[in-house]
Amino acid sequence: MATMRYQQALRLAMTEEMERDPNVFLCGEEVGQYQGTYRVSEGMLQKFGPKRVVDTPISEIGIAGLATGAAMVGLRPIAEFMTWSFALEAMDQLVNHAAKITYMSGGRIQCPVVFRGPAGVGTQLSAQHSQSMESWYAHTPGFKVVMPAFPDDAKGLLKTAIRENNPIIFMEHAGLYGLQGEVPEDPDFTVPFGVAAVRRVGTDITLVSYSRGVHLCLKAADVLAKEGIECEVIDLRTLVPLDMETVVTSVRKTHHAVVAQEEWKNVSFGSELSARIHEMAFDDLDAPVGRVGGADVPMPYAKNLERAAIPTENDVIAAVRRALA
Amino acid sequence: MAKTTVERPVEDDIQSKELLSSYRLMLLIRRLEESVYRKFHEAKIGGYLHRYDGMEALVAGIIPFLQIPGDYVLSTYRDHAHALACGTSPRAVMAELMGRATGCAGGKGGSMHLIDPENGFLGGDGIVGGPVPISLGVGYALKYRGNGNVCVVYFGDGAMNQGGVHEAMNMIGLYRLPVLFILENNKYAMGTSVERSTGQTDFVLKAKAHGIDGEHVDGMDLLKVRDVAGRAIKKMRETCEPYFLEMSCYRYVGHGIGDDNTKAWTTYRTEDEVAQWRERDPLLRTGDYLEARGILTPELIEKFEAEIAAEVEDAIEFAEASAEPPLDSLYENVYSK
Repeated sequence: MATMRYQQALRLAMTEEMERDPNVFLCGEEVGQYQGTYRVSEGMLQKFGPKRVVDTPISEIGIAGLATGAAMVGLRPIAEFMTWSFALEAMDQLVNHAAKITYMSGGRIQCPVVFRGPAGVGTQLSAQHSQSMESWYAHTPGFKVVMPAFPDDAKGLLKTAIRENNPIIFMEHAGLYGLQGEVPEDPDFTVPFGVAAVRRVGTDITLVSYSRGVHLCLKAADVLAKEGIECEVIDLRTLVPLDMETVVTSVRKTHHAVVAQEEWKNVSFGSELSARIHEMAFDDLDAPVGRVGGADVPMPYAKNLERAAIPTENDVIAAVRRALA
Repeated sequence: MAKTTVERPVEDDIQSKELLSSYRLMLLIRRLEESVYRKFHEAKIGGYLHRYDGMEALVAGIIPFLQIPGDYVLSTYRDHAHALACGTSPRAVMAELMGRATGCAGGKGGSMHLIDPENGFLGGDGIVGGPVPISLGVGYALKYRGNGNVCVVYFGDGAMNQGGVHEAMNMIGLYRLPVLFILENNKYAMGTSVERSTGQTDFVLKAKAHGIDGEHVDGMDLLKVRDVAGRAIKKMRETCEPYFLEMSCYRYVGHGIGDDNTKAWTTYRTEDEVAQWRERDPLLRTGDYLEARGILTPELIEKFEAEIAAEVEDAIEFAEASAEPPLDSLYENVYSK
């Protein structure tokens, strides 16, 4: 084990996998000479050279095509989007090509590619840079969607992603890049997809989240514990595949649930989670599933408005109180 | 006396055999497309249907001369010809068009998504311009492996107005990737002529703007297509450089099944224009050329026609006798193992 930041854990995952498999390469804007916009790929150009750490022009369609086409003939590309907001440019290559080629070919083509980069909201980046759109990808058959909340998961899930034979949407959180944690240095350490983690055991209510939302739920649970309310906090880790078994098992015990996310609430991943909990555990629920999410507005710039648009632990606490009322 | 439209000595028997083989391939493509049209109107084939009639030389002059396995071909939704040229059997093509389990994509792709990776064919593509960013990645992988292989990407004049095509061309020019661009300039993007869709109608100039050299070719002339592309590919294998060929060609029938060949000239082109292009038909011209040299005879044409008719009939019978994909395959292939 070593203490490192989320961002360093991601770099370690890529470095180990590139050392292990010569077919793995990284491409994206400023990943090489600049050393990575968020320094995730710092030092990798020097280590692996320009053939395997590929600086691209600001051309997201090109980046997505580069990675998808190379994956279709057997390489294992990692494509970095400077932020997931910019991936909107590449939506046709992502949705109509990467996600569908295996199905359209009747399984004759594999597409082992990882699309990764920072998502998440905050720091007054305003409407076009501050948003979270995981439900777009989770909605599309063919993608697996990964959103780690802790440094060890960042490493273990990214390694699993690189070894997967499918297109992976790997959404990091810019606000978590500096988060420190214990990370296994073992190069064989991986974290499987589709296995949620129970971050805190509780008996009164189940809080389900992923990425930075998990941290909101943990903070809320701390506050509520002082009042004698014991929250069970579940970190999904991957949205697709989705570990509903862990969620439903918990709800059967607590009889209450709140789902929390940073993305817009309307038609969101939380909507799906809520629907599935109602479908699968209706008789176990003592109250409707509560939902916490971002305000359904383009992210405003002004500090006070931005604060009002982004969910906090107080929103989770309020939702818990409503559910338990 | 047969008229010859291409003045060029046939240098040896190998070339004669190759030309004859390309001629036969063009005939197979033409007859298969005709049969497919009939089957669509018998409601045996669904979805969209885009025929290649008139453009056969673009595949017959290039694809048979690739090194497969190793080289790769990417195409558009007008992709039946590319699959056949890569070596996909008429049976697998017809079965896919009829949505059968024995189709080249197991019935999950259809007309626009024929695919046959083992034969170097990475598929058609339903999105205008879609295959060009993919060719960037395939080209990158080929250069990465350094085996001297090339990726041939077919796309149309309409695709040249898609942003992603230019992003990919810029990057292919930047990284110097072994991608051969075959621009099928058939003059119309659906019903919109080249002149009505761009202020710069010389597509080679656009390639050059991305640092990619290229030239114009008469795409109705099998020998020219074969010569120019063959030369380009030979050089690409050594230099690992991209190259761009603007192929002047024409589709005789409508854009797709909704733009039927019986009505195609009513809104965006004239009957006279179609007739003039038909006079330059690659099958007729190649046939005349080969007949003038004694390589092709009326008897041989008759033999080819009979063989191909049997092949097409066999493909139809095979497809019609094949089972539909099992219902429990609905959720298969969303993900790879």
